[in-house]
Amino acid sequence: MVTKLVILAVIVLGVIAVAQLMRVYELSSKLRNKEEGEISNRDNRLNANLMLIFMFILFGGFIWLMLKYGWTGRGDAASVHGHEIDWLLNLNFIIIIAVFFLTNALLFIFAFKYVKKPGVKAFYFPHNNKLEMLWTVVPACVLAVIIILGLKSWNDVTDEAAPESIRVELFSKQFDWTARYAGANNELGKFDYKLTTDDNELALLTTNTLDSAIYHMEYGTLGIKTMEAKLNDASLIMIPEDRAKMLEDLSRKERLVRLLYQMKGRHDSKLDARAWDDIIQKDTLYLCKNKEYEFNFRSKDVIHSAYFPNFRAQMNTVPGMTTRFKLTPDISTADYRKKKNDPNFNFVLLCNKICGGAHYKMKMIVVVLEEKNYMKWMDSKKTSTFKDMYFATASAETEAETKVDAMEAVTTEEQPVAQ
Amino acid sequence: MAAVAHEAHGHHDSHGHHEESFVSKYIFSQDHKMIGKQFLMTAVFMGVVAMLLSILFRIQLAWPGESSDFVSFFLGENWAPGGVMKEDMYLGLVTIHGTIMVFFLLTGGLSGTFSNILIPLQIGARDMASGFLNMLSYWFFFISSLLMLLSLFVESGPAMAGWTIYPPLSALPQAVSGSGMGMTLWLVSMSIFIASSLIGSLNYIVTVLNLRTKGMAMTRLPLTIWAFFITAIIGVLSFPVLLSAALLLMMDRLAGTSFYLSDIIVGGEMLTQHGGSPLLYQHLFWFLGHPEVYIVLIPALGLSSEIIATNSRKPIFGYRAMIGSILAIAFLSFIVWAHHMFVTGMNPFLGSVFVFTTLLIAIPSAVKVFNYITTLWRGSIVYTPAMLFAIGLVSTFITGGVTGIILADAALDITVHDTYFVVAHFHVVMGLSAVFGMFGGVYHWFPKMFGKMMNTRLGYAHFWITIVGAYGVFFPMHFVGLAGAPRRYYDYSVYGDFDVESFNLMLDLNVIITVFAIIASLGQLLFLFNFFYSIYRGPKAPQNPWKGTTLEWTTPVEHIHGNWPGELPTVHRWPYDYSKPGFEEDFIPQTVPLAEGEEEH
Repeated sequence: MVTKLVILAVIVLGVIAVAQLMRVYELSSKLRNKEEGEISNRDNRLNANLMLIFMFILFGGFIWLMLKYGWTGRGDAASVHGHEIDWLLNLNFIIIIAVFFLTNALLFIFAFKYVKKPGVKAFYFPHNNKLEMLWTVVPACVLAVIIILGLKSWNDVTDEAAPESIRVELFSKQFDWTARYAGANNELGKFDYKLTTDDNELALLTTNTLDSAIYHMEYGTLGIKTMEAKLNDASLIMIPEDRAKMLEDLSRKERLVRLLYQMKGRHDSKLDARAWDDIIQKDTLYLCKNKEYEFNFRSKDVIHSAYFPNFRAQMNTVPGMTTRFKLTPDISTADYRKKKNDPNFNFVLLCNKICGGAHYKMKMIVVVLEEKNYMKWMDSKKTSTFKDMYFATASAETEAETKVDAMEAVTTEEQPVAQ
Repeated sequence: MAAVAHEAHGHHDSHGHHEESFVSKYIFSQDHKMIGKQFLMTAVFMGVVAMLLSILFRIQLAWPGESSDFVSFFLGENWAPGGVMKEDMYLGLVTIHGTIMVFFLLTGGLSGTFSNILIPLQIGARDMASGFLNMLSYWFFFISSLLMLLSLFVESGPAMAGWTIYPPLSALPQAVSGSGMGMTLWLVSMSIFIASSLIGSLNYIVTVLNLRTKGMAMTRLPLTIWAFFITAIIGVLSFPVLLSAALLLMMDRLAGTSFYLSDIIVGGEMLTQHGGSPLLYQHLFWFLGHPEVYIVLIPALGLSSEIIATNSRKPIFGYRAMIGSILAIAFLSFIVWAHHMFVTGMNPFLGSVFVFTTLLIAIPSAVKVFNYITTLWRGSIVYTPAMLFAIGLVSTFITGGVTGIILADAALDITVHDTYFVVAHFHVVMGLSAVFGMFGGVYHWFPKMFGKMMNTRLGYAHFWITIVGAYGVFFPMHFVGLAGAPRRYYDYSVYGDFDVESFNLMLDLNVIITVFAIIASLGQLLFLFNFFYSIYRGPKAPQNPWKGTTLEWTTPVEHIHGNWPGELPTVHRWPYDYSKPGFEEDFIPQTVPLAEGEEEH
């Protein structure tokens, strides 16, 4: 409290002091019979000199930052297209830094040199077509080069991946990443967000997950039947708002379950195999050096962005649509660590689109392995496919059975209506 | 047609000006000069708030997790327990800082203030085409400002989805607490703001087209007026699109529609919305959002054109090329919006079209820069504080402009998109340039606005502290961005887990940035003091303190309703006859007829 008062007092006294100084200054200029609008030669010279000094400080500061931090503080690129992008980035930087120095230098030097001098009148120079043509055409030519090179790289980078490239999906939600490898058949299983349950977080589509989702929707702890029972229970007293909320939930779930039944009607069980062999991987993303990856991106809730600074890759993950990006890592984590001389360094996948409070913590470590090690890791994962994990727990199995029973009951009930 | 003068307000001539009550003179005033001042005062207040917000989050970035009395003083126990701000509040501060700066300070404040004050004065009109609509425009602006400030005090916090408020984050209160009441207030406030901007812009356009005085052809307009005129047209064409974006978002939030939402599970709740697209919002938002950059920038460029010509005592170089480049920039600004969306999942081919159009903007921008520099060449520069800021603007326009070339190039944008490199780029090219233009405008036209002079020495100190502080903030920020630091991160110490080198770089530079930010913001106190002190106690201004040629300097110092006591002035020449050979004085006001045998220019 005392410190706050002291600060307040200092501010007030400061303001009064400046006000008094200004009074003194004004009175003295009045004495000298000087109008406020007139700028003295001394002031002009002072500012002209400061312009030149500022230019040196500006350029000096920039050069210091360049020497200390370079223009790619992320270090060398670690992917094939990353090298191409870095080359182009360097070229562009050389051009723009040249323009930056040249034009700022002209500006500040002219500002210094052409300050008002007594007796010298300014040069009346309203226009000059040749000059104007010059600085229209020259930038246009330079830009043509930049545009052509840029578009060439852009087309390469965003082009389709080769058919044999490894398919991996990155699934984002507040606030973590989950990877899904396409497994032995290199085909990612299909998905639908309505299939999301505790044992199927990525909402993959198989006959079993479909049945289970319907079961949960109807008989789960917050399922339709439970809610109906609660709402119909005359002995239960509910706050009106809770009741309204529950009614709303109920109608929402009824709509969803109808859609699930429609999905079931169309479902082709041959597709199941695509999903069953997928491998779901949390915490760390393992990639193989010199293999091309085709990433698909999905989001469960809001927009996130998959940003691999070291691979020079980025793509937003958008709820309701699948986005893609391809890349080929070309240096292993171990080699990169040696190069950087930092034994704890890791590649990383960051979230780069504001997504909520813990946005800044949403990341996944990426490890690039030599092919041998990568295959070893893949082998270790062979027994933990989506299918293995889904049926792993005993409860899941028994649940699956009840699910099927329940399903049969429901379908026989529903059939007459459907016809 | 252009030379026709409309004596629409001719009746003022017959009977001087009426007695006005306090309310009609200072509050519900329909006089453009008073409305301009009202815009300025509101914007200055909003600007101070937004600057304060930025200091709060800069403290968090420089010293993450450390307790701060300053933060605790402003945010209290609820949002900053123990003097450390909460993650959610950090996002709220960032969001409201951006919103206020872009819309309330640099759109409402810049264009609202100077269009109002200068359009009638420089074209020789008695007032705006509609004084009533003009008043309405201000009061809508005032209400929207109040609502935006109010949203800071809502229990669940202000909007927290970034100033671009991308859905689904902004649509779902389950996703972040600010998307509840705070977001609703944001949308309501912005809708009212858009109404204000539209009414204002239509008024500016009509006034410039219809109320020019005799002899004031379009090609004799000062570049300020050209800038305000084009800005108003851009605003009229683009702001309605933001309104529709906001209304659709409102419906997604309140009526359960699915314009922007599809297949979402949030907070354990499976939503039924299906088929909407978050990308639709982004297209709509940036269809305004990019022209908005020029709505902010073009008035600043217009003001500085005038200031540089006047204080170099030289005609602006390439007057017609300057108009041409404003027109070219304005046109191109409508077909570049998707360069904000290269990595959003938009079709890459579409992206390449936008690379092309975006990079084209560099050409008219380069023309403007070189024309400014040539105007200085062999001039006789008088360093008023306004002139310093105008030169500062040219410097930041260059420095911020060149990095735009990197960002416009889709292939390069992949690596720097949404990093601090972008933050640095737009703060320099749009934020600093526009703020410098605005300061320049205030210093230059202060004598016209208040009939008093500002203190020059304090103006010098203000400029040098501001430009050193501003470059000190944003130069290092480019390097933080190139190191890959994503924007809107609450705490960069997460880098410690995987990359020590980047971690050190970011934390070191963040401290430097914050220190400069604090210096720069303390420098603004000099301005605030000078501004308010001079309004009351500044020395009385002469009629034409900077020896300008334009019409506003022919009006009396004392404000009168209708601007000119007698007949409206007649214009005989362009506004840039400075140091014309064969004349004694180094300026010839626009009202002076051409001498015998004199060519116009």
